[in-house]
Amino acid sequence: MAANEQALALAKEQSKYKWGFSSDIESDFAPKGLDEDTVRFISAKKAEPEWMLEWRLKAFRLWQGMESPDWAKLSIPPIDYQDAYYYAAPRKKPTLKSLDELDPEILLTYQKLGIPIEEQKVLAGVEGARKVAVDAVFDSVSVATTFREELKRAGVIFLSISEAIREYPDLVKKYLGAVVPVRDNFFACLNSAVFSDGTFVYVPEGVRCPMELSTYFRINAENTGQFERTLIIADKGSYVSYLEGCTAPQRDENQLHAAVVELIALEDAEIKYSTVQNWYPGDENGKGGIYNFVTKRAHCRGDRSKVSWTQVETGSAITWKYPSCVLSGKDSVGEFYSVALTNNMQQADTGTKMIHLGAGSRSTIISKGISAGRSNNTYRGLVRVGPTAEGVRNFTQCDSLLLGSECGAHTVPYIEVKNPSAQIEHEATTSKISDDQLFYAQSRGLDREAAVALIVNGFAKEVLQQLPMEFAVEAQKLLGISLEGSVG
Amino acid sequence: MAMLNIENLHANVGDKEILKGLTLEVGAGEVHAIMGPNGSGKSTLGYVLAGREGYEATSGSVTFDGKDLLALEPHERAAAGFFLGLQYPVEIPGVSNLNFLRTALNAQRKLRGEPDVSAADFMRLARTEADAFDLTMDHMKRGVNVGFSGGEKKRNEMVQMALLAPKFAVLDETDSGLDIDALKTVAGGINRLRSPERGFLLITHYQRLLDYVKPDKVHVLSGGRIVRSGGPELAHALEREGYGELAA
Repeated sequence: MAANEQALALAKEQSKYKWGFSSDIESDFAPKGLDEDTVRFISAKKAEPEWMLEWRLKAFRLWQGMESPDWAKLSIPPIDYQDAYYYAAPRKKPTLKSLDELDPEILLTYQKLGIPIEEQKVLAGVEGARKVAVDAVFDSVSVATTFREELKRAGVIFLSISEAIREYPDLVKKYLGAVVPVRDNFFACLNSAVFSDGTFVYVPEGVRCPMELSTYFRINAENTGQFERTLIIADKGSYVSYLEGCTAPQRDENQLHAAVVELIALEDAEIKYSTVQNWYPGDENGKGGIYNFVTKRAHCRGDRSKVSWTQVETGSAITWKYPSCVLSGKDSVGEFYSVALTNNMQQADTGTKMIHLGAGSRSTIISKGISAGRSNNTYRGLVRVGPTAEGVRNFTQCDSLLLGSECGAHTVPYIEVKNPSAQIEHEATTSKISDDQLFYAQSRGLDREAAVALIVNGFAKEVLQQLPMEFAVEAQKLLGISLEGSVG
Repeated sequence: MAMLNIENLHANVGDKEILKGLTLEVGAGEVHAIMGPNGSGKSTLGYVLAGREGYEATSGSVTFDGKDLLALEPHERAAAGFFLGLQYPVEIPGVSNLNFLRTALNAQRKLRGEPDVSAADFMRLARTEADAFDLTMDHMKRGVNVGFSGGEKKRNEMVQMALLAPKFAVLDETDSGLDIDALKTVAGGINRLRSPERGFLLITHYQRLLDYVKPDKVHVLSGGRIVRSGGPELAHALEREGYGELAA
């Protein structure tokens, strides 16, 4: 039976709703497996226009001829793409009657992070928690509404990508895939075919977005799922800061996450994109855990435009992620600040690409890798200077911190300079957390875990201080928690 | 009972026995000095008392303020009021001196069941003590000991001690590497903190410090044991005659 028909049958059975190409069927999911019908189903479920469906189908056909990349220093078990759901109630979690039913380990982590009880309920998926949480998190529904109104007054468009496709088709058509082309890589191509939802932001000319935009606000009302698609456009002279993710541990039944994030900064525009990623990393033996294969890229298209990526990566069993900047604007600026922490059996291969095409463009890369347990942590970064880009500058600093003797830290910088006027600096260090430091902190009154957390946070400070204040505080705690029990 | 009571203490570093039956009592309000040749076990004594990993007490006992000190974790010893000023203070990049101290102080207070010290009170205290030991607020905001000169590191140990206000402090060669002005500053700090409730054990190579901080007793440590004890005059004798005969 074709996917669509199966889904149709299921949907009918489940919801008693009359099947149709409208979006109001409550329980909708496609059966396992991936073929053109799955793609059509997803597009139909979202009531997408024809051009969007064509775009997806084109991506799907290309993807079929592509192969999963194997150049990263990662050991990835084979993934059966036919043995997965591509359109299910996103972020499906078992509904709990109360927090008592939650895995005590997760509950403890919530408490350590200092997450308010009502927020814990939402995160854990406790029955009936949502409305309460909206009240607790935002004080009241009206506060959330106030946010929306404030954004609207400023002219900022902040919508789910599905809504944007319907309401602002011209903007989406113009920019979707403009930075990460459909055929860019295996995972981005897959995402282009089956992306479930995501975020769309447009900041008009000269507007400074009046607040930090966070998916957090939206996720409470709407789930996005495993193939997230984000598109942010900052028009001339505008500014926006966007926060993604959550410090609370996120469990998901979908093992594979392949998001695509595209940022476009026009003349004199600035985008600050901050991520805290804490997907379930699997247990201490590496069982379970999310595969996070993300393509994030920014195009500093306008002169003097600026994009700053900040990421704190502590979760996922496997991370494959290189938030990058194409610096084609004259005097444009790209920044990458990263903390990647791996523990137990986690693997991370992460870094950035700074592609300098514009004259006078500058980039800064600060990468802090922390490895513990039996994990492997690789920084992989490219700095490329095109032949016509005069006066380019780059500064790269990669520091690795090892905890214990069974983990690995690797630094793989690629530097390609085709213009002799470029100034490229690369510094790298690898160190171990020292017994002297640990003892010193302990002798002043910190227990061993607090001492480790303090030293690690000091190591990562240059990156953490790039995060918005309230995020930074949580991220600090998160680093400590992620390392618990890793120093014997 | 004395505040610090060390009974026949034996301790190993690795497989090697360094302390070989050390017995020492220091009462509340007293200042004792331990002198001794290189390799006699002075620093080891400090580490064993503070609970550093790798410095293992194999027999004997240490009672501190009525507690079995050796049974406590290093941070519990700190919270119980034990302080060790290090001969070579350690750098912790990225962690500001202020943050380090406030975190440590509040961790100790928590373990003692006391409330956190408020940010304003802490800042006031930090400013006063930095000033008392000739460090600037810039030093306090920098990474712990990062870019500090040798003398500044030692004075920072004193700032830490003053802020944490321990019941008992072992100062391991805090005087070495200090010029005469810094030595006076440090000595002045110790004298200010001397009180009937607090004890000090000064580990030193030189008589110099003892010109400014008058000890109640002086001990000579040699071969892992106290081989001689006396009043302040013993330090002068050592200065004159060297350890040779006294430590024999």
